Amino acid sequence: MSLLETVNLKKYFGETRAVDDVTLTIAEGEFVSLVGPNGAGKTSLCNVVSAYLRPDSGQVIFKGADVTRASVTERVKAGIARSFQLVNLFDDLTAFDNVALAIFSRQGKTRNMVALAHLDRAVTAEVDSVLAQFGLASKRSVLARGMAQGERKLLDVALAYALKPTLLFLDEPTSGVSTRDKGQIMDTIASVVRREGITAVVVEHDMDVVFKYSDRIVVMHQGAILAQGTPDAIRTNEQVATILLGASDAFARKD
Amino acid sequence: MTTAAIVVGAATGPSASRLTVVALVILVVLAVLPYVIDPYQTVLLTYGLVMAIAALGFNLLLGYTGLLSFGHSAYFGTGAYTVAFIMRDLGVQSMELCILGGLLGTFVVSALFGFVCVRHTRIFFGILTLALSQVLWSLAFKFFWVTGGTDGIRVAYAKLTLFGGMINFAGPGSFQRFVFAYYYYVLALFALATLIMWIIVHSPFGKALQAIRDNETRASFIGISVRRYRWIAFVVSGVFTGLAGVLWVPLNGLTTPDILYWPFSGEIVFMSVLGGFRTFTGPIVGAIVFNYLKTYAVASTEYWQLLLGAVLVILVMLLPAGIVGTVARLAGKLSLAGKLIGWGK
Amino acid sequence: MTGTIFVIQLLNSLFYAAVLFLIAAGLSLIYGVMRIVNLAHGTLYALGAYVSAWVVGSIMGHAASGGSWALLASLLLLPAGAIAVAVVGAVMEPTLLRPLYRRPEEYHLLVTFGLLMILEDAIKLMFGGTPLSAGSIMDLMGSIPVGRLIYPAYNLFVIAIGLAAALGLWWFIYRTKFGVILRATAQDRRMAAALGLNVGRVYVQAFAIGCFMAGLGGAVVVPAQAAVLGMGVEALILAFVVVVIGGLGSLEGALVGALIVSLVRTAGIQFFPEIELAVLYLIAAAVLLVRPTGLFGRA
Repeated sequence: MSLLETVNLKKYFGETRAVDDVTLTIAEGEFVSLVGPNGAGKTSLCNVVSAYLRPDSGQVIFKGADVTRASVTERVKAGIARSFQLVNLFDDLTAFDNVALAIFSRQGKTRNMVALAHLDRAVTAEVDSVLAQFGLASKRSVLARGMAQGERKLLDVALAYALKPTLLFLDEPTSGVSTRDKGQIMDTIASVVRREGITAVVVEHDMDVVFKYSDRIVVMHQGAILAQGTPDAIRTNEQVATILLGASDAFARKD
Repeated sequence: MTTAAIVVGAATGPSASRLTVVALVILVVLAVLPYVIDPYQTVLLTYGLVMAIAALGFNLLLGYTGLLSFGHSAYFGTGAYTVAFIMRDLGVQSMELCILGGLLGTFVVSALFGFVCVRHTRIFFGILTLALSQVLWSLAFKFFWVTGGTDGIRVAYAKLTLFGGMINFAGPGSFQRFVFAYYYYVLALFALATLIMWIIVHSPFGKALQAIRDNETRASFIGISVRRYRWIAFVVSGVFTGLAGVLWVPLNGLTTPDILYWPFSGEIVFMSVLGGFRTFTGPIVGAIVFNYLKTYAVASTEYWQLLLGAVLVILVMLLPAGIVGTVARLAGKLSLAGKLIGWGK
Repeated sequence: MTGTIFVIQLLNSLFYAAVLFLIAAGLSLIYGVMRIVNLAHGTLYALGAYVSAWVVGSIMGHAASGGSWALLASLLLLPAGAIAVAVVGAVMEPTLLRPLYRRPEEYHLLVTFGLLMILEDAIKLMFGGTPLSAGSIMDLMGSIPVGRLIYPAYNLFVIAIGLAAALGLWWFIYRTKFGVILRATAQDRRMAAALGLNVGRVYVQAFAIGCFMAGLGGAVVVPAQAAVLGMGVEALILAFVVVVIGGLGSLEGALVGALIVSLVRTAGIQFFPEIELAVLYLIAAAVLLVRPTGLFGRA
């Protein structure tokens, strides 16, 4: 069964067709990369599916239910989580508290104002586990604003992951990070996601990363889906190569 | 979680032993003071503790949820006037019933006002809280046949009883007895209020509020209903400040529209900023210090408002972290003194 | 209510609206350009009233004598308050507000609240507790007949000033080069700076103009209504109601808001005096709920 389906999704900003009649299906367990030049509509699609933006028309169907009208918090509770291209953290809280919040929220404990947060052993253990999986254990007591960019990006993803979502949208998880760290970050994310069986949709610019990890690649251009398929299929697609300038290197390389 | 578990937890959490020791020392000092200071000073300190409760409540919204309210006089005043009404019109004499009534009245008003106000943030939120508190002020002002107008309503301590009638203040020497007994009554409630607030801000709910403060977008994206949580914080905040109003009125003997007027809201803001609104203890310290500051300023010059205004401006420009925040910073993060003062953050 | 009284109440509303407009337009202008809400704005209005009354009173005396010459001289002296307030504003912005632009919004609210406290007492210090008025101007201007009653000509003069100010501001903002600069800086500060505009200078000028408006409001009100302690704080709340209804940052909003508030207030005092103030505040709250940006405002 498909996990997520967008049906004729449209989001226009005046003349600009950010999402132009997009019909897309994501199957359970897939690792899908969403690529395309700047302004192709990748982030807008992310934003519409995660309820950050309301679509002008069309539907979003998740696990068979129509969630088009559902609010951000409703979609989160249904199992859709996302990370942000421009890091979105709780800057004045520690890495520990950041992740703990996601877990508390998931468990519905955030309504509790008479229990002490740090006494919840189960949550503490889970936070430490998540931090370890993302290589952030040493930053446990560091304020989010005091962490390095690469660490902040990982924390951003860790927050979304800690919600134990069924579907995870990652918006450019390696952007703004040095080339050396990119691979490490993506390795971490991909291994965590695969091990937990989380369906992931990753918006990415770095074609090396895209080809290495994806089950399927969806190429967007000017708000619409240009092509989609396995990495091999996309690699040999000339139209895609023309659109994605500078990808010729990746295309030429052997896997 | 049982109370015992909470207390044990509080006593065994991070830097908890230091925390408990410091808190107990301060409490002991406060308990002993009336024996060494004169009654006037005791009354002054009682006022300070009352305002500390108000500031504590206020800061849940500012320091922890990131909402600056310029209308907290509404809840302080509701608490005070509710007590005045039920004493005058219902003949109630029990302080406990007054507290109950005041808390209920404040709960209703802050729930209503909060519902309206949390639909907005930042400047519009501030203006809205201000406008709503002014509604109450104008009602108290204009409906003088109910509220006594600018003359206000008198609340006589002599009619009051504590602990369900066990302690009363009739007969000779009652004022001295009142000053003494009421101080400890307020002190106990202050300690309780501080403990409850400490638990709240260290609870998952408290963390959620801080998340909303730091990044409301991300907060909603981890499943927190931002508006609902802000509303709950608003109500809790209002009720704490309302309790302060309830405790204030027997001490003052009189409630007038002045405590509903928006500059009084400004004083509550001032106190929290003075102490340091990004810390837990800041508003408490700020309220007590402000109380002394204002008392002595009023006594020494006619232009005390100018003095206090200058203090606020200097504070905001040069020492935005307030007293507690600045001391914590100076003492450094590694030193014990710094940890002691920054405790409970 | 007879027709004559109705006309007089209407004129009173317009008079009051003119004063409110001046104050609110200044507040709105400052917010529109700089995203600053100056809590001391009402107190600046009060300062303008006091300074004007004092200047006119000191130089011209308080007797309504001297005929047209005296009237002319007094009128020329009246804006002294507005100018003084503009100077205060021009000093205030670069020293106390500019350092706070990088900090969260709340800080400038705190600093201007402190300024409010300072200025309220500064007024008391400089001018004492007794009300000051420039009533001589009003007397010198005489009255005109309205039906079988008479009405102070000065009030009509103020209504004219209010109208002139509205038109003047509109022309200034939409038809002059400086107005373009103001609007550009208001829309996008960084872009304006990138285009070579001296944003700092624009800010202090805009702030001074906004303060001038408040001071002018005080200056024109003081012949009709004595300057009293506490008038600033009261005026600020009303100015807030005006800009909430009309929309923060909008000139048309300030005008329409001033008219609405003034009419409601006059009608309120006539028909339901107890809750007149409460009604105003409730209207503000209602507008904030239903249309948070006000009738004419942008976010």
